[in-house]
Amino acid sequence: MNEVARKPIGRFVPLVVFALMVAFFVVGLVWNQSHDARFVPSPLINKPAPDFRLPRLDRPTDFVTRADLLGKPYLLNVFASWCFACGDEHPVLMAYRDKFGIPLIGYDYKDTPHDAQAWLQRHGDPYHEVITDQSGDTAINFGVYGAPETYLIDAQGIIRYKHIGPLTPDVIAKELEPKIRALEQGT
Amino acid sequence: MKRLLAIAILAFALTLSTAAFAIDPLPFQNTAQRDRFQHLTRELRCMVCQDESLLASNADFAKQLRRQIFDMMQQGKSDQEIKDWLVARYSTFILYDPPLAPSTIALWFGTPAILLAGGIVVAVVLRRRARPAHAIAEEPGEDW
Repeated sequence: MNEVARKPIGRFVPLVVFALMVAFFVVGLVWNQSHDARFVPSPLINKPAPDFRLPRLDRPTDFVTRADLLGKPYLLNVFASWCFACGDEHPVLMAYRDKFGIPLIGYDYKDTPHDAQAWLQRHGDPYHEVITDQSGDTAINFGVYGAPETYLIDAQGIIRYKHIGPLTPDVIAKELEPKIRALEQGT
Repeated sequence: MKRLLAIAILAFALTLSTAAFAIDPLPFQNTAQRDRFQHLTRELRCMVCQDESLLASNADFAKQLRRQIFDMMQQGKSDQEIKDWLVARYSTFILYDPPLAPSTIALWFGTPAILLAGGIVVAVVLRRRARPAHAIAEEPGEDW
């Protein structure tokens, strides 16, 4: 110890180590607060959306498939009448449905058609059409694990963006709209 | 009084044991398959209740994935095939055991690297201290 302490540089070693540790803790704290650990990036980004064949909410005998929606980009919004956060998101969807510039498709997740219809009647229907997945089996292929979730799917049926949790004006302005504009410019 | 206490303790222990496993009435073919299922789902993360395994969680999401995994087992899929299928949908985050990848190098080797660095520092300090042996003899007051 004496040997080390006598050298002027050795004296600063504990301070440097301490400063390093503080730096680690600060970075850890800031990083943990800047994102929600529950929101995991989807491995499906830039991959084809899974095949699906799901009934429409308004006409359960009509089925919508992945192929039906090809040819133009669209937003797929996973929601449910039982989903609390979907209620927070709903007014945002109502306000933005015509501003997106592309169709907003509702994906009714693990819900009964009756509940979903009642919910849309009470709060308003922001969707161009709504498909229903009562079992939630198709949703697994999309990697859905909690509503609301929103997918941006391009004209070729490739998932370009996914947002987990309610869409907010901030998220739309900073993340979603630039992605939509990029698709429109054919990039 | 003692008897009442014993009953209370027993009741408490019973609630603990049911909390440890979310039990679905899945019709396993045999106990080996059930054990395999439990082993596999214990290694998988329930995405909605993140600090629980798929085996332990009672969330709807976990129930559904357990059912799906059970069905895949009946179809003769291997554990690796089932894991790959889940990772393709939910990313490697669903695995409790993170795979060795560029993004996990720090995770896998960070701790051993720090341990090694610490070991080297200790070795260097000890060697330096050992060298001037006469210095210690000159300072009998130093007890280390």
